Amino acid sequence: MSTTTTLAPNADIAVPKAADVPEPSRRVRRFKVGRLVTHIALLLIVAIWTLPTFGLLISSVRDPDQLALSGWWTALSTSTISAQSERLPAAGTAVVEDGLYTIRGNLLGADDNRTIRTFGGTATTAGANPVGATIELRAGGTITVEENGDYVWTSPTPFEYTTAPRISYVASMAPRFTLENYSTVLNANGIGRSFINSATVAIPATIISVMVAAFAAYALAWMKFPGRTFFVIAVVALLVVPLQMALVPVLRLHVQIAGMFGIDGKGYFAVWLAHTGFGLPLAVYLLRNYMVGLPREIMESARMDGASHFQTFTTMVLPLSVPALASIAIFQFLWIWNDLLVALVFLGSQDEYVVLTGKLVDLLGTMGSEWHILTAGAFISILVPLIVFFSLQRYFVRGLLAGSVK
Amino acid sequence: MLDQALYAVLIVAIAVLAFVAYYWGANWILDRSLATNATMSHETITRRDRRRSRIRPWIFLAPALIFATVYLVYPVFETLRLSLFDRLGQNFVGLDNYQWAFGNPADWFRSAVDATGAPIIDPATGLPMTLYKGDPTFWRSALNNVAWLIIVPSLSTAFGLVIAVLADRVWWGSVAKTLVFMPMAISFVGAAVIWRFVYAYRDAGTEQIGLLNAIVVAFGGEPQVWLGIPWLNSFLLMIILVWIQTGFAMVILSAALRGIPQETIEAARIDGANERQIFFGIMVPQIAGTVLVVWTTITIIVLKVFDIVYAMTNGENNTQVLANLMYRWTFISGDSGKGSAIAIVIMIAVLPIMIWNIRRARAAEGAL
Repeated sequence: MSTTTTLAPNADIAVPKAADVPEPSRRVRRFKVGRLVTHIALLLIVAIWTLPTFGLLISSVRDPDQLALSGWWTALSTSTISAQSERLPAAGTAVVEDGLYTIRGNLLGADDNRTIRTFGGTATTAGANPVGATIELRAGGTITVEENGDYVWTSPTPFEYTTAPRISYVASMAPRFTLENYSTVLNANGIGRSFINSATVAIPATIISVMVAAFAAYALAWMKFPGRTFFVIAVVALLVVPLQMALVPVLRLHVQIAGMFGIDGKGYFAVWLAHTGFGLPLAVYLLRNYMVGLPREIMESARMDGASHFQTFTTMVLPLSVPALASIAIFQFLWIWNDLLVALVFLGSQDEYVVLTGKLVDLLGTMGSEWHILTAGAFISILVPLIVFFSLQRYFVRGLLAGSVK
Repeated sequence: MLDQALYAVLIVAIAVLAFVAYYWGANWILDRSLATNATMSHETITRRDRRRSRIRPWIFLAPALIFATVYLVYPVFETLRLSLFDRLGQNFVGLDNYQWAFGNPADWFRSAVDATGAPIIDPATGLPMTLYKGDPTFWRSALNNVAWLIIVPSLSTAFGLVIAVLADRVWWGSVAKTLVFMPMAISFVGAAVIWRFVYAYRDAGTEQIGLLNAIVVAFGGEPQVWLGIPWLNSFLLMIILVWIQTGFAMVILSAALRGIPQETIEAARIDGANERQIFFGIMVPQIAGTVLVVWTTITIIVLKVFDIVYAMTNGENNTQVLANLMYRWTFISGDSGKGSAIAIVIMIAVLPIMIWNIRRARAAEGAL
């Protein structure tokens, strides 16, 4: 791995900075204040950059009801639910206990994690009486409501009413975290299926394009043939060709060619080829830049030993290029996994094809305010890129630097 | 779903094998058909050696060349051709699609007048007639794209530079950089959901669940439907791209800053320069080239921005941009002529950067 330094020596994001220049002692005080400002400013910026994603993550594991009621920054505090009401049972359900006509029950359903705070006999008095208090009802008798929703309604005379009265109450909900949202989107909303689709698109397209690019990069770096410089320049030119140029012509071509064989022009095969084609210039460019930097002596000694270019490439250059290949593979993979446009155009929109990004756009349209669905779905879609990013950040950064600083 | 996973693995294996078979097989055939051995004359050996080394590069290049030609070179010319044809690409219509987009430049600054110079009154409305000055949505999109082109690269580069400088001065700088860099890995659509949540709106009086409105309300303001406010909504969409691209600018600029020789900075300090003078006088000039590279890279990304607008507003409320407009005309309205014309406009906007890149590459190759 000693050759990794040839790509970009300072690439590693985690490398500690060059030694500080010692400050003259008379400036120490100002220097410290400056440091504090630096810390605060950077902290503020980092907060702005992380909070949106952090909020998404927190929200995705919150109780769907709580998520709809309060901001994610209040996730740890108890939320108060605005007044609700529950109808009491019919008069005939009363039983006689200790000489009193009594109706018992619970205002909250089973498995309810709400807690009743206040209650009252009408909608306007929902906040009037604390739990445990006893109040008179217009329908007769007195009622006591406990925190857990249990109520006891008693009357010395038989209950006589046709329409049962309602009890209004204000409840609070203890913070609850759950993975339900994830199981909902994975199954009911088809995110699970899309996840597989995304992998089906991204993995083959990545492998094919890196392989094709590696051979071409070697030829452009170390083989002699007429027009080599022209091709190198052409790669640079193609780097910036907008994807929009290719959509219509390539789709037409796909449909025409597939039509000759009587098959659909859209599908996985089409999208693999399209991604390979569109990603090729960057992959060739980065790999060629890397391979050109490999020591000439290695190539020459291999030639001396009678190795052909094919042998030199497969036995020496490829193993030496692993860091660069890793960078390219990560780039291609992330770009394909995160792509929406190519998938929209070349893949079709049936369930068996729609990728995570496409699914997410669908959900934004159909469930624009169902934030428990959206946040969990979005997090699933960014999970793989984040894992790739955090585990392979070194290679990712190297690739970026090699592609831009040249 | 398991079927599909197996199918995918199988296809990957077949595809990889096919390419390996091609590269290996073609090389094998080449070596076989032009084999040399000791019994051959010196001339034959030299000739065969030369012919082999003449053919082999093309074996290596062929798949890439085919891909590049079919997926990038041919489409450029085909799109150019289609932009001169009607909606189905069947009848030649000349520059009609461009005229639809831009109008007639001669009419841009004129109003409709008759031979005597008096305004022509439209008999239907009783108002002065206006000349066709191009498609309003197209102009709006182009204008929005210009705003994106100015705001996103400049904010991303500026934030990236500030963070790169600040992070190099604190012990937790690498953590800070990683966190700022993280959005680079997130898809535009994922980012759109994240920021839709930040911009979420609830009626005044109820508790806000969107961070932005919650902050506004906390300071005593009224909650706003952010994405419905023209101009501001475009800016709020740009923020998303800035959020994503700042990490990129930061990483590149951070490496460039580290590349500045410490001696120049020390020398300036000994001469009594303060931190600000060192930054603007010594550091910025030395990384100017890198800033330009970062700027152009982000510019290209901005020109192609599609996903964010598509997912956030789909161009409603005056947020349309060219890439999304092109998609709409081509795939929703089914007019490949207008779609292609818009694509060509995007291509022309990229052209100066392409030429600049080519010139730099030519200088680096020292030839052509």
